[in-house]
Amino acid sequence: MSTSLLQLTNVTIRFGGLTAVSSVTADVREGELAGLIGPNGAGKTTLFNLITGVYQPTEGRIDFAGEGTAGAKPFHLTERGIARTFQNIRLFPSLSVSDNVRVAFHRHLEHRTWQSWLRGGRFHAEEAELRERTRELLSLFNLERVQEAPAKSLSYGDQRRLEIVRALATGPRLLLLDEPAAGMNPSEKDELMRLIRFVRDRFRLAVLLVEHDMKVVMGICERIHVLEYGRKIAEGSPEEIRVDPKVIAAYLGD
Amino acid sequence: MVFPVAQRWLLAALILAGVASAVSGSMDPYFLDVVMGVGVSVVLASSLNLINGFTGQFSLGHAGFMAVGAYTSAMLTTVVAPRLGWNPLLLQWVFFPLSLIAAGLLAAVAGLAVGAPSLRLKGDYLAIVTLGFGEIIRVVLQNMDVVGGARGLTGVPAYSNLFWTFGTAALTVYTVWALLNSTHGRGFLAVADDEVAAEAMGLDTTRYKITAFGIGSFFAGVAGGLYAHLKGYLNPGGFSFDKSIEIVVMVILGGMGRHAGVVFAAILLTLLPEGLRELGSRSVPNPFGGADWSLDWIKEMRMILYSLMLIVLMLMRPQGLFHRSERRRRGA
Repeated sequence: MSTSLLQLTNVTIRFGGLTAVSSVTADVREGELAGLIGPNGAGKTTLFNLITGVYQPTEGRIDFAGEGTAGAKPFHLTERGIARTFQNIRLFPSLSVSDNVRVAFHRHLEHRTWQSWLRGGRFHAEEAELRERTRELLSLFNLERVQEAPAKSLSYGDQRRLEIVRALATGPRLLLLDEPAAGMNPSEKDELMRLIRFVRDRFRLAVLLVEHDMKVVMGICERIHVLEYGRKIAEGSPEEIRVDPKVIAAYLGD
Repeated sequence: MVFPVAQRWLLAALILAGVASAVSGSMDPYFLDVVMGVGVSVVLASSLNLINGFTGQFSLGHAGFMAVGAYTSAMLTTVVAPRLGWNPLLLQWVFFPLSLIAAGLLAAVAGLAVGAPSLRLKGDYLAIVTLGFGEIIRVVLQNMDVVGGARGLTGVPAYSNLFWTFGTAALTVYTVWALLNSTHGRGFLAVADDEVAAEAMGLDTTRYKITAFGIGSFFAGVAGGLYAHLKGYLNPGGFSFDKSIEIVVMVILGGMGRHAGVVFAAILLTLLPEGLRELGSRSVPNPFGGADWSLDWIKEMRMILYSLMLIVLMLMRPQGLFHRSERRRRGA
């Protein structure tokens, strides 16, 4: 058994009188493909926002790679190795496809902002290397043919893929995917499942997937956490979750 | 020594400005005044473009930062410089640029002072805060007797020449261009496009916005210094809300976040009122015989015509003058 990369301990968040997430304890292991499911309004996206530092938990703690994340801003956590995609695609629409990826690479840059003013040899060398890495990454996902097009001109599926590529450019150890299958047809979903597995194996990272689509979740996740009304009601392999009476009750009603 | 293409352009522009400056002695003073005004406008518009266009913030306080710079450098050259006992050439070529840098730095400090606490505000709200700040600066200057108060500051030496105005304009355009055409610089555009996503991609969005504000106000301050030593007279009223709006219009008309477009709009909008004034002093021959028709009415309606032209331009090209053509070349 591998160690926990992400550990949530009794995480609770309240917005005024509403407890959106209540005492959730869960973990994602190194290199694991984990899923997070639950009916609408169960608190899945809120949990994502807690993990990525958009919200701070009211109670409980979150540890990433053995260190607490309290007080860290989203960009700090990205630097520490958490990358995400969004439920509603949030690319940089006016930037070109390659610039979308290039921006995400920026934390690996050695040169400082003022050096782009002087434009010395080091600046050019690093920018050239970055262009090459961007091109490589894009070609891996079959997007290099559109690399100069503005991101908003891409098809829906390509935009979803570009969002994943952009997240990968930050060099994450944990990739959070927020409903990547939303709005996809069955063949696109099959394609997506292959893609997620490929990403995990190729980049050796852990994936936490929020998804409504049972076929996708059951098809690729190794372990699934189930939320209902902000509480965790079950955890286990797809086979266990499928027959868990509490999960069936949550989805189908008693 | 081999310079990359961009630096070669900058160097060429500086040499050109130097040559033009050397021969400017024989030029018509009014013409020279207008041309230097164009240079100052280019500095103002390009620097505001970094804030409003590229980084997607909305500042209405550019005239305020310009005022900080204008008064800083004017005080330096009118109060401090005479005590140094330097010869005039040294004052114009060494002391004056130093005073411009001081003007820029102080304006940048002012910019950071407004920017740091208010950049969590977005859109209209930020616009209102910056507008308020610009007005505060103007009112403070109006009530400061050391700088002449409402009477204004007179006797500012005419150190601005073609070299300093166009040299600064070239440097500003280069700086904004160089900053944007880099991986770090693409961060400004990313922040403008989607702040949440930018933050999630590891960009410190607050730092980006503050950087844009700092650099933008630095150049606004330098432009103020140039302006002061061009007009020879400063009046707080010259840095009112109208002036900020004028710069914002240049940025919008040039097409928010288009280098060339904004430079072009700055030139156009500075020349337009002067051109109309010039036109108004002429007359056309009367085709029915008799006395020539005077175009005096243009002179009187100058500002109305100017506003009408703005409205027509905005209706015809709401995306700005240069929108599409430049976007295609932005792969660099």
